[in-house]
Amino acid sequence: MSRASKNRRGIADLPSAVLQIPIVCGLIGLWYGLTETAVLPKFFFGEPFKVFGVLWHWFTSGEIFPHLGVTLVETVLAFVFGALLGLVIGLWLALNPTASRLADPYIKAANAMPRVVLAPIFAVWFGLGIWSKVALGVTLVFFIVFFNVYQGIREVSPVLLANARVLGANARQLLRTVYLPSATSWVFSSLHTSVGMAFVGAVVGEYLGSARGVGYLILQAEGVFDINTVFAGMLVLTAFALVLDQAVGVVEKRLLVWRPTHGETEKL
Amino acid sequence: MNTQTSGAARAAPRAGAAVPGLALDNVTCTFRSAAGKASYTAVKDVNLTVGDGEFVSVVGPTGCGKSTLLNVSAGLLEPSSGTVRVFGEPLVGMNPHAGYMFQAESLMPWRTALDNVIVGLEFRGVPRAEATARGQDWLQRVGLGAHGHRYPHQMSGGMRKRAALAQTLIMNPKIILMDEPFSALDIQTRQLMENELLDIWSADRKSVLFITHDLEEAISLSDRVIVLSAGPGTHPIGEFSIDLPRPRDVSEVRLTPEFVRLHDEIWHTMKEEVLKGYVQSQQK
Ligand SMILES: Nc1ncnc2c1ncn2[C@@H]1O[C@H](COP(=O)(O)OP(=O)(O)OP(=O)(O)O)[C@@H](O)[C@H]1O
Ligand SMILES: [Mg+2]
Repeated sequence: MSRASKNRRGIADLPSAVLQIPIVCGLIGLWYGLTETAVLPKFFFGEPFKVFGVLWHWFTSGEIFPHLGVTLVETVLAFVFGALLGLVIGLWLALNPTASRLADPYIKAANAMPRVVLAPIFAVWFGLGIWSKVALGVTLVFFIVFFNVYQGIREVSPVLLANARVLGANARQLLRTVYLPSATSWVFSSLHTSVGMAFVGAVVGEYLGSARGVGYLILQAEGVFDINTVFAGMLVLTAFALVLDQAVGVVEKRLLVWRPTHGETEKL
Repeated sequence: MNTQTSGAARAAPRAGAAVPGLALDNVTCTFRSAAGKASYTAVKDVNLTVGDGEFVSVVGPTGCGKSTLLNVSAGLLEPSSGTVRVFGEPLVGMNPHAGYMFQAESLMPWRTALDNVIVGLEFRGVPRAEATARGQDWLQRVGLGAHGHRYPHQMSGGMRKRAALAQTLIMNPKIILMDEPFSALDIQTRQLMENELLDIWSADRKSVLFITHDLEEAISLSDRVIVLSAGPGTHPIGEFSIDLPRPRDVSEVRLTPEFVRLHDEIWHTMKEEVLKGYVQSQQK
């Protein structure tokens, strides 16, 4: 902290955690108070301490880890396949106006369809294992990456292309040195959204029918009206999503070193 | 040293260089505008030659079609009518002998300065180690020896221009097309780069077509200065042989009386067109 701001330290200068932790504690306290005094029925709103009990049990007994592992694998696979497919098809259609014109209405229709309705079909096609969830995630990730890549390729700087051609690039080299890097940069710029979507696909898939995964735990608990376990599952999913997003942020930072960012100067 | 006669002997600056490196014959470029409006003829019936080994500068008001002429010369833009000949051969597709330094930013943002400089060698299939060594050498020559690891966004505008210069010259092109390459540089760096360019040029006499806004720069570098009219329908309205002795130092040559005389003469021709061009660009 600089010397100037030491004198008149406002609330904005405090580390955010100092403010955020009391907010969380307050909310949990409110939850506890309202359910204890039966303002809110415990049956529908659960009890914070029982929820923490479930969490404690899951993590100390290690029961949760196989489920988390399955959800993670589904998320990663859905992202990888969805992104690859989106990248390849996005590149192909962007560089091929005829194919693009033919495919346009189908792409729009497919994107407009609510993907969740595909879950039962995927369950029938791929069974109740991880692949039906991966498939659902792929359908979500694909369109994000596809539209990003497609737009990105069409907006590649014409000067960059002209320069590469003057320097002697043939069609293949142009693809490798100009189109592909610029397309991947668009994939990475949509990384947060697409990884999030892969995660949504995995969890929704599990929730609609599965034998493992965090979504499955929630489904099971809901079946027996165990609202505390449902809340515990939700908390685990939220924490998991946050960790995933952090990890994506780290990866993004390493891969996009060439990207200008705002305010890169170091504070002295 | 190259002393040449001014006036009519424009096509052949040196004996034995009868075939010009680059020749535009009656080139006309008409752009179709987007919303079905009237099309715009940027350049009309342009005849322009750059002799083998000659350094030619083109000056003209903004928006008159200078970049358009370079795009045509590089083979990036097909003229609406007229032909381009490269060492006597009619040009089809890209111009294989041309190096082109663009007016706009042309470095790949995802490559470091060094990787940008060697990208052309990469296209040619030069082994990585050799390409890197040559690239490092070129970075040194344009004063970026210590900055090879930087990405374009980490360099200043002038540094990017110099990297682009190295990227073009490392390919050792026979024809160099340059579109206001030094306008982003401060005056000292600019004169350094201009002298460097003259050194490179005189070492193995490439054909240079150099575009600039700066008349002094044009005179101090060139064998010949061509003045373009304002658009639409731009065409050359004056050609001036610059018979200042070589080798030149760009900062010293500006002080000679001959330079001042040429400057006055060319400026007199240009002045009216610059005003016209300014009015044109305001109306559009
Ligand atoms: N692709 C295009 N479509 C339509 N008009 C164009 C196109 N390219 C250039 N023009 C027009 O042609 C004219 C000449 O453009 P050009 O870029 O060659 O100018 P210039 O002489 O290089 O200008 P400056 O000195 O400002 O760089 C301009 O009026 C411009 O609007
Ligand atoms: Mg221009």
